[in-house]
Amino acid sequence: MSEPKITAQATEEQLLYANILEKGMLIGLLMMFGTFALYVFGIMKPSIPVTEIASYWNQPVHDYLVAINQNFLHWDHLPTGWAWLKLVGKGDFLNFIPIAILSGVTIFCYLAIVPGLFKRGDKAYAIMALAEAAILALAASGLLAVGH
Amino acid sequence: MSKSMLQKLGGIQASLVCALTLSPVWAFASEAGTAAPVPPASDTAWWVWPLVLLIVTFFMGIVAVLGGVGGGVLYVPIISGFFPFHLDFVRGTGLLVALSGALAAGPGLLKMNMASLRLAIPVALIASTMAIVGAMVGLALPTNIVQILLGATILGIVVIMFTAKKSAIPDVKEADALSSALRITGIYHEASTGQDINWKVHRTPLGLATFIIIGFMAGMFGLGAGWANVPVLNLMMGAPLKISVATSKFLLSITDTSAAWIYLNKGCVIPMMVVPSLIGIMLGSFVGVRILKVAKPTFIRWMVIGILGFAGIKALTKGLGIDLF
Repeated sequence: MSEPKITAQATEEQLLYANILEKGMLIGLLMMFGTFALYVFGIMKPSIPVTEIASYWNQPVHDYLVAINQNFLHWDHLPTGWAWLKLVGKGDFLNFIPIAILSGVTIFCYLAIVPGLFKRGDKAYAIMALAEAAILALAASGLLAVGH
Repeated sequence: MSKSMLQKLGGIQASLVCALTLSPVWAFASEAGTAAPVPPASDTAWWVWPLVLLIVTFFMGIVAVLGGVGGGVLYVPIISGFFPFHLDFVRGTGLLVALSGALAAGPGLLKMNMASLRLAIPVALIASTMAIVGAMVGLALPTNIVQILLGATILGIVVIMFTAKKSAIPDVKEADALSSALRITGIYHEASTGQDINWKVHRTPLGLATFIIIGFMAGMFGLGAGWANVPVLNLMMGAPLKISVATSKFLLSITDTSAAWIYLNKGCVIPMMVVPSLIGIMLGSFVGVRILKVAKPTFIRWMVIGILGFAGIKALTKGLGIDLF
């Protein structure tokens, strides 16, 4: 394994990670302002009217999901996991796209640095980076279902 | 100006005064909301709550910067204690608030080599895994239990803030075997002295073990965990203070990501809460950074401790069903 010289400068992997994180963060935040404007100014019709959402946000999440499903969505299952993708044509659920970008960019940062770590023989960190990406992907997958 | 408009503006003003002074009226509204599955129709215009949230989080952003704490640790106890939003949504939003702050700061800190990816990767692996477990446990437990534990945790944070010392450059005589094997070390340029500081860490196994608890609590309560990250990295593991603060901030972008997905997939994210909160905190942070140059940090820190103490007691009593204030 080639030991990289330690300097006051950020390593190649660190800079790569930072650049991807920065791009993802900027895209996510800018998109969030845009999608929220479409929603809040009524340019895109929401699935739950903005005038009614305040009647639901004081309930536990399960009760909230049951109520909005009964009153607005009329699905045969609750809108959990990635079900929001079916509703991105609605102003409120459109906002989940930038939220998912902000929550997901770290996975890509980790995957991007793996080849460089392996190339330099830094197997321990490459494996840890892969493991982290796998854990975050598992969390994002929606497979870890929980409830009250 | 029409009478209805004046009434609405009056309502907003009253809401803001209540929120900013943490009024008992707010507390009552919050508890009443929790007890009733579907609240009675309100005369309040739909845009009032997001606007109040925007303004309150704006001030929260200023105070967070001046007090040297993350937005999440203020957001969750205050918003869950004094606003009519259910704790499930407040925790989901709190994580996204902390996550956004970390994402905004992370790239710059990494490029300046203040945040250390080498230090963060093993720590994040443990903390983010445990944050997922914490989020799952937190969402499975009854709300009042989580509220009680949140109150106790916030009061614990107050004690930590009250007592914890800091060490600019801890004296680490020898790196431990694990940190040596992982080459967790670095050099950073200290601008105030013009020196390049060589740093290394010790007690790595103990530090990593502590992140099991920190990650769990971050996920369970939707708190950013800077209040715990920094003392562990700095005092326990011996990383320089600046490296600890920067790495802690960056770490939140990983730890909170994992827990945020659990809350997002569970449905605990309402854009009408999330976006005003994020905008408010971000704008407040920008202003806070400017005020920081002229503010008296000691006073602000005491104020943050006082607010957190009050919010912690409120969370505790709310969970216990005691209408104290």
